Amino acid sequence: MKKQDFVVRFAGEGGQGVVTSAEGLAQAMAQSGYYVQTFSTFPSQIRGGPTWTQTRISTSTVLSSGDDLDVLVAFNEEAYNTHKDDVGDDGVIVYNSGDFSVENSEKALGMDFAELAKQTGNNRAANFVVMGALAELVDLPIDILEEFNRAKYTRGRPSDQQIIDSNNMALGLGSVEAKTSGFNLGELADAIKPEGDQILVNGNQAISLGAVAAGLEVFIGYPISPATPILLWMEANLVGEGKFVYQSSSEIESITSLVGAGYAGRKAMTSTAGPGFSLMGEGIGLAWMAEIPCVVVNVQRGGPSTGLPTKTEQSDLLTALYPGHGDLKIPVIAPGTVEECFYAGLMAVNWAERYQGPVVLLSEMALSERNQNIPKPDLSKNLGETRQIYQGNNGYLRYDGFELSPMPIPGQSGSYVANGSEHDAMGDTTHLPSRHIQMTERRFSKLNLLNDGSFEEQNSSSNIAVVPWGGSKGPALDAYNQLISEGMDLGWYYTMYIHPMPEEMLNALRKKDLVIVPELNYMGQYASVLRSEGINAVAITQYTGLPFKVRHLVSEIKNLVSNQIKVGV
Amino acid sequence: MTLKNPEYDFKWCPGCGDFGVRRGIEGALQQHVTEKEQPISNTVVVAGIGCSGNMVHMLEKEQPFGIHGIHGRSLPLAFGIKMANPELNVLTVAGDGDFLGIGMEHIGPQAQRNLNITAVVMDNGVYGLTKGQSSPTSELGAITTSTPYGKIEGKLNPLRTYLSFGVSFIASIMSSKVKDLSALVYDAMNHPGFAIVHVQSPCTEYNNTYEALKGNPSKGIAPLAYDIPEGHDPTDILAAQELLNSDGIPLGLIYKDDTRETFDERSHKTIGVKEMKSIDALVDGFSI
Repeated sequence: MKKQDFVVRFAGEGGQGVVTSAEGLAQAMAQSGYYVQTFSTFPSQIRGGPTWTQTRISTSTVLSSGDDLDVLVAFNEEAYNTHKDDVGDDGVIVYNSGDFSVENSEKALGMDFAELAKQTGNNRAANFVVMGALAELVDLPIDILEEFNRAKYTRGRPSDQQIIDSNNMALGLGSVEAKTSGFNLGELADAIKPEGDQILVNGNQAISLGAVAAGLEVFIGYPISPATPILLWMEANLVGEGKFVYQSSSEIESITSLVGAGYAGRKAMTSTAGPGFSLMGEGIGLAWMAEIPCVVVNVQRGGPSTGLPTKTEQSDLLTALYPGHGDLKIPVIAPGTVEECFYAGLMAVNWAERYQGPVVLLSEMALSERNQNIPKPDLSKNLGETRQIYQGNNGYLRYDGFELSPMPIPGQSGSYVANGSEHDAMGDTTHLPSRHIQMTERRFSKLNLLNDGSFEEQNSSSNIAVVPWGGSKGPALDAYNQLISEGMDLGWYYTMYIHPMPEEMLNALRKKDLVIVPELNYMGQYASVLRSEGINAVAITQYTGLPFKVRHLVSEIKNLVSNQIKVGV
Repeated sequence: MTLKNPEYDFKWCPGCGDFGVRRGIEGALQQHVTEKEQPISNTVVVAGIGCSGNMVHMLEKEQPFGIHGIHGRSLPLAFGIKMANPELNVLTVAGDGDFLGIGMEHIGPQAQRNLNITAVVMDNGVYGLTKGQSSPTSELGAITTSTPYGKIEGKLNPLRTYLSFGVSFIASIMSSKVKDLSALVYDAMNHPGFAIVHVQSPCTEYNNTYEALKGNPSKGIAPLAYDIPEGHDPTDILAAQELLNSDGIPLGLIYKDDTRETFDERSHKTIGVKEMKSIDALVDGFSI
């Protein structure tokens, strides 16, 4: 049987071409119809430092980044030592023999990246030397990579042809090195082209596109890893009349000016990560209290305080739901795949407009930097929603009643005071118990407008279900599929709509004997949320700064299920 | 509107300087409506938290839009509102604790942007609403509820601070001079850029400075506040610096530079550098 799946990790020093190699390979393979996914992790420094990127290539949709490596490409000795144990039994380690040597390894295939590149007359062709070797290891027709090279470097510059020729030569040299070594991983099966158009994006880009598809007008943010690329994308692309994008002086300024923009009638968004999100708590509370639409994207990283700025974790769930003091619970959408990132961006803006309040889009580092081919979204319909705007006479009671009411826009009729203090119907401050009761119930009642979240359900008759959230969806689904194929009786539920959660899904989960929640945090945050809803949820936790391995989830789920069955008997 | 609102349950103390500031602002807004032929609904009053922030609920007659936000953040709120719709006349009202204490970090950025808004600062040298704690403009050594043995931090000079930050319109006035205050707020609203009208607005309850500001010849107290001499050229930054380096509190227009571009003008210039692509084109940019 041919190989259906190919996992390569590129590891080395920042600046050695680790990321460009991995993303180049992904792009080339996606162009020829394979499904691809990359996963990166960087040091939190500008130059140098250990970095690695993993590319997984498959003949079907890629759900996780791959437990074992088929090939490790080690650019330096540190990378070799760090990653060699992640290589599978039949795997190969392509290492840079110009930099260091490896003895006593049956897996190691040395080649001098720089020297081979030099032979092409282009010192920068080392990436193509490596790609040529990789292609040979899985019997991939070299013309796939030649075509990628041609497309990438046909830029209308005089040097184009020279670069293309030298890169093609590099592919050949790498290929010969691999061939003469005798290593081979078996032939990679032909691509089964996905139906319909595809795009290759990462999570941050997909969120940005989704928000723009919803009609985003204002974006104000402050640089912070790993959310900065959203700000940069907006600065470059959300331009022209009626648009405003700006790097503010702090996250406090971001959120409060965002509330100002939302109050003044604009669809407004910011992006941040843990530390910035903590600073935004008070401003989000103001938007909730004064009923002002705005969207906060929190791309989670690891740990409290500065924590792990460039690693992944799912430990901001509780703070996303309750970012501020007092009675509030903010709507949260947490995408689990790059494709969902697009729809999360879209729906976060729509929800904010619809219920006139703040929405948190909870992404995570592992999604933000993950490049993946996804079906091109259907843009033929107008996807964006816009708040109900008040257009009557002055003397309007903006906060009258227990339900949503149309919102006046400054410059138009219906002047009122949007108030973060408790207020009466016209927005003036009051401390009357009856008003606090009315306004509190009014604010919570509006959440009922957000009951359109969808969810996934498989094997619903099983008494035990796996229910991941966010980016743990991919590895969890891989593990689930494997367990099902082994004959286990197991259900699957998933939604990116964390709050409000689809009522039908909650009801189904309440009937289960056991709900297993894989999540990347210490406390089991989602499991505790589900337990507060009357669901018997138990978390599988991990707090390494890295995503789950499928193998680990398979064994943990098996343990929990067998314990449950013992208890049940 | 609020005076007729039985539910509204906040009052300024008798003699509070903020009454005068309110009359001054009401006069300036009215003048803005008649002379600029702009409806009052084109004005947004952004309030900080504290006694002065209640201004937004106490304005009488036809109502502007208002937002009563969170402590220290009137300027960022105003920034978002102004950039969402540069046609709006945006006015912030805040006290010295809100504006110069917790909110100090926001003055510099607005000054560099030269954001075209007006800030009215009501300085009473004390946190009144929380009952008499020391503020950035309380005197060194002042006995307050939070400094029972005397304030051990120096007194901030707000006017010098504004000038050094690069604020492009700086005026100083007392709450009792309603007419002058009104004229300065009106001029500030017409100033193309970031304008601050800093008002000495005494707190009769915790820091009654009326006598110190106006002086009392019978007690031999010389007035702290004085009218800026006629010859002062507010466009001369060196003259403004000299004024602020001498003792006392000058009243009037201290500094004004209307030659700088405003933030929305600069921002508008970037429009058209690149055209917004359709969502279809943006998505297609990621085609494989």
